[in-house]
Amino acid sequence: MALAFDEYGRPFIILKEQDQKTRLRGIEAQKANIAAGKAVARILRTSLGPKGMDKILQSPDGDVTITNDGATILEQMDVDNQIAKLLVELSRSQDYEIGDGTTGVVVMAGALLEQAERLLECGIHPIRIAEGYEMASKIAVEHLVHISQKFDFGAANIEPLVQTCMTTLSSKIVNRCKRHLAEISVKAVIAVADLERKDVNLDMIKVEGKVGGKLEDTELIYGITVDKDMSHPQMPKQIEDAKIAILTCPFEPPKPKTKHKVEIDTVEKFQTLRLQEQKYFDDMVQKCKDVGATLVICQWGFDDEANHLLMNRNLPAVRWVGGVELELIAIATGGRIVPRFQELTPEKLGRAGMVREKSFGTTKDKMLYIEHCANSRAVTIFIRGGNKMMIEETKRSIHDALCVARNLIRNNAIVYGGGSAEISCSIAVEAAADKYPGVEQYAIRAFADALDSVPMALAENSGLQPIETLSAVKSQQIKDNNPHYGIDCNDVGTNDMRQQDVFETLIGKQQQILLATQVVKMILKIDDVISPSEY
Amino acid sequence: MSSSISYWIKDAALFLFLPLIQGFIRAPELELLSTALYPMAIERILKDDANEEKGERARMASFVGAIAITDLVKTTLGPKGMDKILQSTGRGQEVTVTNDGATILKSLHIDNPAAKVLIDISKVQDDEVGDGTTSVVVLAGELLREAEKLVAAKIHPMTIISGYRMAAECACNALLQRVVDNKDNAVKFKMDLMKIAMTTLSSKILSQDKVYFAQLAVDAVMRLKGSTNLEAIQIIKKPGGSLSDSFLDEGFILDKKIGLGQPKRIENAKILVANTAMDTDKVKIYGARVRVDSMSKVAEIEEAEKEKMREKVQKIIAHGINCFVNRQLIYNFPEELFADAGILAIEHADFDGIERLALVTGGEIASTFDNPESVKLGHCKLIEEIMIGEDKLIHFSGVEIGQACTIVLRGASHHVLDEAERSLHDALCVLSQTVNDTRVVLGAGWPEMVMTKAVDELARQTPGKKSHAIEAFSRALIAIPTIIADNAGLDSADLVAQLRAEHHKKECNAGIDVITGSVGDMAELAISESFKVKQAVLLSATEAAEMILRVDEIITCAPRKREDRM
Repeated sequence: MALAFDEYGRPFIILKEQDQKTRLRGIEAQKANIAAGKAVARILRTSLGPKGMDKILQSPDGDVTITNDGATILEQMDVDNQIAKLLVELSRSQDYEIGDGTTGVVVMAGALLEQAERLLECGIHPIRIAEGYEMASKIAVEHLVHISQKFDFGAANIEPLVQTCMTTLSSKIVNRCKRHLAEISVKAVIAVADLERKDVNLDMIKVEGKVGGKLEDTELIYGITVDKDMSHPQMPKQIEDAKIAILTCPFEPPKPKTKHKVEIDTVEKFQTLRLQEQKYFDDMVQKCKDVGATLVICQWGFDDEANHLLMNRNLPAVRWVGGVELELIAIATGGRIVPRFQELTPEKLGRAGMVREKSFGTTKDKMLYIEHCANSRAVTIFIRGGNKMMIEETKRSIHDALCVARNLIRNNAIVYGGGSAEISCSIAVEAAADKYPGVEQYAIRAFADALDSVPMALAENSGLQPIETLSAVKSQQIKDNNPHYGIDCNDVGTNDMRQQDVFETLIGKQQQILLATQVVKMILKIDDVISPSEY
Repeated sequence: MSSSISYWIKDAALFLFLPLIQGFIRAPELELLSTALYPMAIERILKDDANEEKGERARMASFVGAIAITDLVKTTLGPKGMDKILQSTGRGQEVTVTNDGATILKSLHIDNPAAKVLIDISKVQDDEVGDGTTSVVVLAGELLREAEKLVAAKIHPMTIISGYRMAAECACNALLQRVVDNKDNAVKFKMDLMKIAMTTLSSKILSQDKVYFAQLAVDAVMRLKGSTNLEAIQIIKKPGGSLSDSFLDEGFILDKKIGLGQPKRIENAKILVANTAMDTDKVKIYGARVRVDSMSKVAEIEEAEKEKMREKVQKIIAHGINCFVNRQLIYNFPEELFADAGILAIEHADFDGIERLALVTGGEIASTFDNPESVKLGHCKLIEEIMIGEDKLIHFSGVEIGQACTIVLRGASHHVLDEAERSLHDALCVLSQTVNDTRVVLGAGWPEMVMTKAVDELARQTPGKKSHAIEAFSRALIAIPTIIADNAGLDSADLVAQLRAEHHKKECNAGIDVITGSVGDMAELAISESFKVKQAVLLSATEAAEMILRVDEIITCAPRKREDRM
């Protein structure tokens, strides 16, 4: 294959060391790729839905993660296969873009690949399949808009948002107190949201966790927590109406960037230098005091002397605060980050109603709470839980819930969950398929079948008969012309997702279908895989 | 292609042999294995050496791991529980003898992910409430053991989880109804604390002298006045003597020596606690250095340096103190100056040391000395050098603020001392938590029986498969008194049955009396436990069991290759 002959019959090499490489071509390559994609999708399939199971992932260093978040599973799986990596990317981009539905998108892609395999066996050209999928996805996305509903809420009426977040959280381990967590997430998003511009900056929500206590103790703090304590053990632990100086310069003698030397050759110089040094510390502390600060938060460390001077002048201080936290504090308290002592002015100070130190459990863990800030736009969600893995998983779940709430604020259209949207799309695509004259018709039909696989997986995970349940729901949808029928995963007794209050965001669903189609198209177009063989 | 096929064949062989080796895989799993072999065409999804276990096998791996850990620590439970010897793999092969669950588990190197979850909950229990570290692991393990049976009986893990949740909530409420809260009655509350301390200590090495140590721990915690900062209680371990020679000192003991030629005894001491350099007071301006061209100048500079130090010392003396404690080193020269001024100078007290000292004496930790009038000095009635065993220590007595105190532990060997410290730490933790949450329950299997009764009741009222899970929960709860009885060499089956019968009467206080080997009244025997500990055990054990039950797949990444540094 890769060996060619020139006009004299001498062989020359196109591929270097080609006998050490494995090469797959044509239909063979496509089938191998499809199999790889399906294998990844199969791993995630059991995590889908409220009765989905978790996975234990053990990292190369032996750390254990327990999760059922699709993006996290794939990220930590240490995948080697190139095609599998594409699916990992797919899940990640869904995570970045939407934040939720990371499992669903991979399951969808897996189903599309499975259908494609069958069409390939019929002898349909992969490009035709890809085109058919493209058309079908357009139909599906349009249909989604058609069945979606607008959904009114405001800062006062957050109930609908809470319901949607609860749908997201119900598939996670935290579903024990999903109501509580959903309310926290929604309140957090509302607190930082710009409802007029319909934008939410999720960076303003800090999610912190500390082991201990129980999940129910998780709280929303209108302010910031910093995992630090006062620099001097005897500084006051609680400051009311704090005026905060936020500094990025250390309480140390200046260190000019240019290389320099201070030569000491006489006793006088030695003494002046000493006085100078003392004055430095004195000035620094005095400047903070002069502008009226009652709390100093500094990115760097303090010299012992400066520390004591601060203590002596009754100026509590916190040192070694990370850059990100510093920024958040600045935003929350309305202060400015000051890089030099000379630039400190009273206007640049941040304000907070209450700063307090709180200790936990029997160890001397302490955290600093900065609350009732001037600008309450930055909030912190503080998670408690029985063990480390629980906290991590809760963090991921809260992230998903936050994303969902944000998406709803951006675009308040929703579709109903529980597989109802997929079933409805499947019906619409199936109906549309017959109108297309070309070979694409088959691909479009295959797409409809692939859409069915999500509700099927849901039913399977919930211990229902997948095919029976799906066909029953499908016929019900067509009969009643009602797209709200889905899979009754929690055994509530009704199929109507509207009554069960199971929602998902419209953009989330659209994105799932679009992204999955795109990746599948990409995989189908590959017809040659050259890789170094086993080493 | 051929290489990938050979890989699968190799793996297939492995898969087929495994059932033979392990011997407990049943027929349905074989089907499952064959589906795992299905994707012949894929090369590999995961990296080399990475490994993936699915479904039943994954679940089995986690059950086996969790139960193994439980069985390991089970024998340490209860007053007649046995200890473990732990030998470290590091240099010196250090040996620890302990029966503290958290310590045992912390020292294990475990590969099984489910076992890691259990170790983690025990660690959290230790950080959060300090005691019950063994119970939480045992309960979680028993919950999983019961769950395994249910899974084998074809009940879906999710059903088990929801049953467990209902049961845990019900159990917690049942316990809540029977708590005793003596918050308003100081005398009774102190009795409660005594009881709790004795109960905690009775399962530890200190059980011989538990009354003495319980008193010690209660006194120490009462001095904290509600704060949970155990830092203020200093524990000094000195080998020699016997455990009953240990004592609580109301003052403060610093494990340091007094400088030469300085007074050994000071009455009405005024103490300056400092954190400052007393060696060579370096110029902190960056880049400063001395460059001279003659020896005489060197001498001059040196003189100036000395002068600087002398000035600093003078400033310190000007505070009107007669004792100076520094965190950092004090060189000979300043030490001499202090001695001349008749001031006791103590060098190199570590961070905790000065913080505690500052706390006890009410002084502040100073680093600059220009404003003597604004620095708060610490006071105490008497500083003297005392001897414990062969070591000289500095003793500060008659301190102003009585928050901190020191417990001096004496014992035959380091191992005994270490274990005694851990036991005392447990007791202190529990007591300090109880001071904040004053609810108390009885001990020795009583809470478990109360919960069992309520959970059984719930199981009877619940329709559907969940009731099996709820019943299983109650069986797991009963396992704890059973293990306590077993460890004491008693007939657990008989005792637990008796206990159960007793508990069917109203308002019963029956528990297992390990000493006489019968069922006794826990209120009379004065065995109590903190409600907070019991609640934490119940909740985190359920949470952990839930977490492990939800898993249906384990993916292990290839271990990171370490370069040989040797």
